Amino acid sequence: MAFSTRLVALASVSACALLAAAPAVAADVTLTIESWRNDDLPIWQEKIIPAFEKGHPGIKLNFQPTAPKEYNAALNSKLDAGTAGDVIACRPFDASLELFKKGQLTSANDIPGMDRFSAVAKAGWTTDDAKTTYCVPVAAVLGGFIYNKDAFDKVGIKAPPKTVDEFFADLEKIKADGTYVPLAMGTIDQWEAATMGYQNIGPNYWHGEDGRKALIEGRQKLTDPQWVAPFQQLARWAPYLGDGYKAQAYPDSQNLFTLGRAAIYPTGSWEIAPFAAQAQFKMGVFPPPVPKAGDPCYISDHVDIAFGMNAKTKQPAAAKTFLAWTASPEFAQIYSNALPGFFSLQSGVIEQTNPLAKEFASWRETCKSTIRSTYQILSRGTPNLENETWVEAANVMNGTETPEQAAQKLQKGLDSWFKPAK
Amino acid sequence: MAQVEKLAADLPLLPAAMVGAEALARARRWHILVFLAPALLVYTVIMILPLIDTLRLALFRRVDGVPMFVGLDNFNILFFDPRWSGHFWSALGNNLYFFAFHMLLQNPIGVALAALLSVPRLRGQAFYRTVFFLPTMLSFVIVGFSWKVILSPLWGVAPTLLGAIGLKSWFHPWLGQEATALTTLALISVWQYVGIPMMLIYAALLGIPAEVTEAAELDGVTGLAQFWKIKLPLILPTIGICSILTFVGNFNAFDLIYTVQGALAGPNFSTDILGTFLFRTFFGNQLQLGDPNMGAAIATMMFLIILLGVSLYLFGIQRRMRRYQF
Repeated sequence: MAFSTRLVALASVSACALLAAAPAVAADVTLTIESWRNDDLPIWQEKIIPAFEKGHPGIKLNFQPTAPKEYNAALNSKLDAGTAGDVIACRPFDASLELFKKGQLTSANDIPGMDRFSAVAKAGWTTDDAKTTYCVPVAAVLGGFIYNKDAFDKVGIKAPPKTVDEFFADLEKIKADGTYVPLAMGTIDQWEAATMGYQNIGPNYWHGEDGRKALIEGRQKLTDPQWVAPFQQLARWAPYLGDGYKAQAYPDSQNLFTLGRAAIYPTGSWEIAPFAAQAQFKMGVFPPPVPKAGDPCYISDHVDIAFGMNAKTKQPAAAKTFLAWTASPEFAQIYSNALPGFFSLQSGVIEQTNPLAKEFASWRETCKSTIRSTYQILSRGTPNLENETWVEAANVMNGTETPEQAAQKLQKGLDSWFKPAK
Repeated sequence: MAQVEKLAADLPLLPAAMVGAEALARARRWHILVFLAPALLVYTVIMILPLIDTLRLALFRRVDGVPMFVGLDNFNILFFDPRWSGHFWSALGNNLYFFAFHMLLQNPIGVALAALLSVPRLRGQAFYRTVFFLPTMLSFVIVGFSWKVILSPLWGVAPTLLGAIGLKSWFHPWLGQEATALTTLALISVWQYVGIPMMLIYAALLGIPAEVTEAAELDGVTGLAQFWKIKLPLILPTIGICSILTFVGNFNAFDLIYTVQGALAGPNFSTDILGTFLFRTFFGNQLQLGDPNMGAAIATMMFLIILLGVSLYLFGIQRRMRRYQF
């Protein structure tokens, strides 16, 4: 009896030693992933998690998304309280930089595969001195317009518009026909007006990265004509929006379009997968129309999502294994095709199977890419430029402010705290 | 020996029997501590300590990640730096409007409903009482979402119903217009919470002894006159309690506006009240990072405003209110 007890004790001691030596092998560890992409939950469960777990026995993944608008607040509270997941989906720029500075995210410089990302791809998650990258870039989203092909056929529009004039001529035709709401967009949620309006059509006027960098360096102002012009165009959109667009929320706009009641939907590539699942008609896409025929085109190619490691995770080895996997071409291939519209940030072309996503991606070759103008550095102070841009873009579309007034308010807010480095 | 304000949590009035047995009560005074202890402990841990910590947090600022004592500077910024004061004063103004709206609409309607419900020969009393009280028990998320859908210009029943009686042109996207958004939200809130004053006042009305109303009837005071001259003065203390509950509730309000309009309380901050301003500041929004210290300063102001309001009521009104004992 005594002998057997001793044996059991010995066995459990050695088992413990084994566990300590090789945790990833001896017992399953579960990594919890924090994300704001709650729309992607089924895709993670059906495609991404099985693919990872197949190649990495012993590590289980638990994808635990929060609603997008609550994500930042919830994540910060969880990190402060020490209850956050092991892997953190990183918002681009300052929100994640702050987490890294607080020591809540670790450096990702030593993750194998980081050399597959260009400096531009890493820009959203790298310190100002460009020395440390703290999240593994995952995907970017592209801005553009999705349209209902049946609607265009019925109204007699042969090809999607290339210039702003053509765009408004088409809108006028759709409005005159009366079957369809020309543009599906509402202003009550405000971010649509800014993200799918202002940031979508703006780069063609401020010339993408040139204008964005000039703004940061203080060589341009938001009151310059190239920064007011997108507001002027937004103001012209108003008559083509649906009845009561002032109280139309984002999901309303999505439904309006997928139910086939609207012709054109200003948006981004993130909409491809849900729309493909819901819309019963053929869809096409076109990039933001340029001001004049022959002008160079620019698209909003926004670094949007990355993965980092919670500095307080209890499974750092497993978390690093997962991050290394997200930096691999295998992940890029699965992710880009499981979530068409989220374009991998890895260098090297990923083959897209979704035709709409393919078309979005093709603009990267003909147009110049830029990130959203308000994201880097300019939204660090009070008032927050991104918030103000939401409010002002919605005001302009609601007709309660002129484009010039909106631009002046934005510049005044920026001037109150932002001193460009010269 | 009935008290009118059964539900009113105001000054404890010792029943006469106890006063007679004063000596006995003194001997047993340790009971008070024992009975107070559990509530006091729980209340201290989950209310008083966090409150004190909020006040403390409001006096600090994070500089490069290190908390630094700045005295009242955060309040100075809140009141006088145009980048903050604009939002603060507009939120306070909207909050006052929100409160005034409730006082002018919710409480009078509550009193009227209670008066109707307490009519002795009313049929289906229990049914009406339940129906009027039902929205109060619903989650604000459900209320916010339902009204958003009801008032939706695309799929809402509001435009359809107005259209059915030929008044389609009266419909506006009320939640999306600066001029009407806050009023619409206030109406939704009134609809949801009208049950609370109704129930409190209903209970107070039932507490009025039959002898009093019978005596009034003998003197020829009946109907509406009886309500104004006899019943209303008797339920005034309860109306006072309703007002103070409304005041505290409105200055702490946040949930309905957040669910319907989001943290930016649009359009153009027209529905921004202290609660949403606090949330945005404390937790951040999209690219705006949370600032716990400025957030605590706003929370402190909300606390002080509520404290001021409650004190004014307590010392200015409640103490002077006449009570009737039967």
